[in-house]
Amino acid sequence: MIKLNGDPYEVAGPLTVAELLARLDIDSRRVAVEHNLAILKRDTFDRTTIADGDEVEIVNFVGGG
Amino acid sequence: MDTFTIAGKTFSSRLIVGTGKYSSPAVMVQAHEASGAEMITVAVRRVNLDRTKESLLDYIDTSKYFLLPNTAGCYTADEAVRTARLGREVGLSNWVKLEVIGDEKTLFPDNEALLEATRVLVREGFVVLPYTNDDPVVCRKLEEAGAAAVMPLGAPIGSGLGIQNTNNIRIIREFARVPVIVDAGVGTASDAALAMELGADGVLMNTAIAGAQAPIAMAEAMKLAVRAGRLAYLSGRIPRKMYANASSPVEGLVGR
Repeated sequence: MIKLNGDPYEVAGPLTVAELLARLDIDSRRVAVEHNLAILKRDTFDRTTIADGDEVEIVNFVGGG
Repeated sequence: MDTFTIAGKTFSSRLIVGTGKYSSPAVMVQAHEASGAEMITVAVRRVNLDRTKESLLDYIDTSKYFLLPNTAGCYTADEAVRTARLGREVGLSNWVKLEVIGDEKTLFPDNEALLEATRVLVREGFVVLPYTNDDPVVCRKLEEAGAAAVMPLGAPIGSGLGIQNTNNIRIIREFARVPVIVDAGVGTASDAALAMELGADGVLMNTAIAGAQAPIAMAEAMKLAVRAGRLAYLSGRIPRKMYANASSPVEGLVGR
């Protein structure tokens, strides 16, 4: 279980950020990811591993002024 | 060509528009087109995990528009800095419209927190465009902190009240050595024209266009108003006088 965007999210064992984004059907080029409060560079998504209890935030651009 | 430059980037349109509150993406796209804007603001939020909603970026041609992420909704310097850093990673640009809100009802900025966040982000290499109160002293401090422009409010966000303190905007323009962009409070075209006549280098708006009954037509009105106001400012208006001064000759009147 990890915390994803503030809510509990079930994962079956460790996975990389890139794998998580793929599972969520999210285009990695359009989001930013924070892993345990550290912002990740996009080129580290495929080598950053998310483990049980981790906190992940995935953000994108939405309409605003 | 009357252009303006922020942090080395030159724009020919002095109108900056938002992406919020449109009735549909199609209307937004056409309004952006009609506005002639080159810079567009966006907000940074958690992705919608159910994936039923389309992505904003599906509708914005980023080869045509320069995206300016904001930190709207942040109430502390820490939150705003965190949001700015995330926005930089999404967009791969180091520009940020920095908002640190101090009050829920008015959405007025928190001056102290805004200054603090500006200092942090400037140190990190951001091009910081702070949304600020229309206070010349705060604007001066923001400039000293390294802000690339200052963006005083004309009136509360989304209020459409127009420029409430014209003299402050004029004074801010007189003192500032960075571009001054009037951000928030515009309700209709004459408000945008007035901001430009006061000497503002640009105007940023969202609700005035998105909330209009005909947003695409209003976007065009705003484009024309910003240009008209800018031209009038550059042209040097006549002094105000107390009484009339005839335009037609007083000599040669028939029958006298």
